[in-house]
Amino acid sequence: MAEQQVAREAAQAADAGFALGGRTWCSRLIVGTGGFRSLESMEQALVTSGAEIVTVALRRVDPTAKGSALELIDRLGKFVLPNTAGCYTARDAVRTAELAREAFETEWIKLEVIGDDRTLFPDAVELIEAAEILVDEGFTVLPYTNDDPILARRLEDAGCAAVMPLGSPIGSGRGIANPANIQIIVEQASVPVILDAGIGTASDAALAMELGCDGVLLSSSVARAKDPERMAAAMRGAVEAGYAARRAGRIARRFHAQASTPDEGIADLG
Amino acid sequence: MIVELNGQAEQLPDGATVADAVKAVGVNGETRGVAVAVDGQVVRRADWVNTRLADRQAIEVVRAVQGG
Repeated sequence: MAEQQVAREAAQAADAGFALGGRTWCSRLIVGTGGFRSLESMEQALVTSGAEIVTVALRRVDPTAKGSALELIDRLGKFVLPNTAGCYTARDAVRTAELAREAFETEWIKLEVIGDDRTLFPDAVELIEAAEILVDEGFTVLPYTNDDPILARRLEDAGCAAVMPLGSPIGSGRGIANPANIQIIVEQASVPVILDAGIGTASDAALAMELGCDGVLLSSSVARAKDPERMAAAMRGAVEAGYAARRAGRIARRFHAQASTPDEGIADLG
Repeated sequence: MIVELNGQAEQLPDGATVADAVKAVGVNGETRGVAVAVDGQVVRRADWVNTRLADRQAIEVVRAVQGG
């Protein structure tokens, strides 16, 4: 495990590119498109975020819907990552992924299989089952998962291209509730770890990167901010700063002070 | 024939295809981001025009929406 960690960090240090799903990306920030108050607001935020990958969902065609989110995303040249939001069973999630593959001509899927609508926590049993089926079908599976290191390992063993543990419940803005677990997931993973869900503000995104995550996926924190464009800029900076800090190697925490100015040569002022 | 189109009963002419169902829900022109399942099975875009529907089949026509 420690060797994997060293190898991963060496690779990260050697180049700042972000390898995910067999491709190399420049931005480590993935932005969800849900929750924006208008397409204009979404456009400004997506551009400012610098994100290359953005998520979309699939729903029944609504003939009264105005404007096309997909048209906008395509025009901005973003890579579309469809999700299976709203699925409660492996069966539904697999069907939704298959629909997404047809709709967007992509093998990539953000796999979400949730357990209940109050917490939106993943259903571990259904999630593993869906991941195994989709990997078999040739999908590049990015599962939204609990902050459970064992489940993360099982998803990696199933062949997922990344693991995406939650920081706290979707849309809650509570940040990273269990940083220690995220650290354990990072320590043992040999696929990218992307902190997905719960981000409230920039410091949460920075912390995710400082803990060693390879990327951050967020949606509500930008889309529902008072000023989404400004928050997108903040998140972009936070992910970059957190990543830089991780690579720089922070000082150890100590209980007492350690002077940064030497004592020698101090003037005797009587 | 009567089919269930996106959860609603819908009258379609006999011999109607998946492509007709897609038009019936209001998708005209651009179909990127649109996908169809008939009785839970995905029908590939290339097969829309030659896949005939049968009475009482359930058709789901979905498209991209904003989502996290």
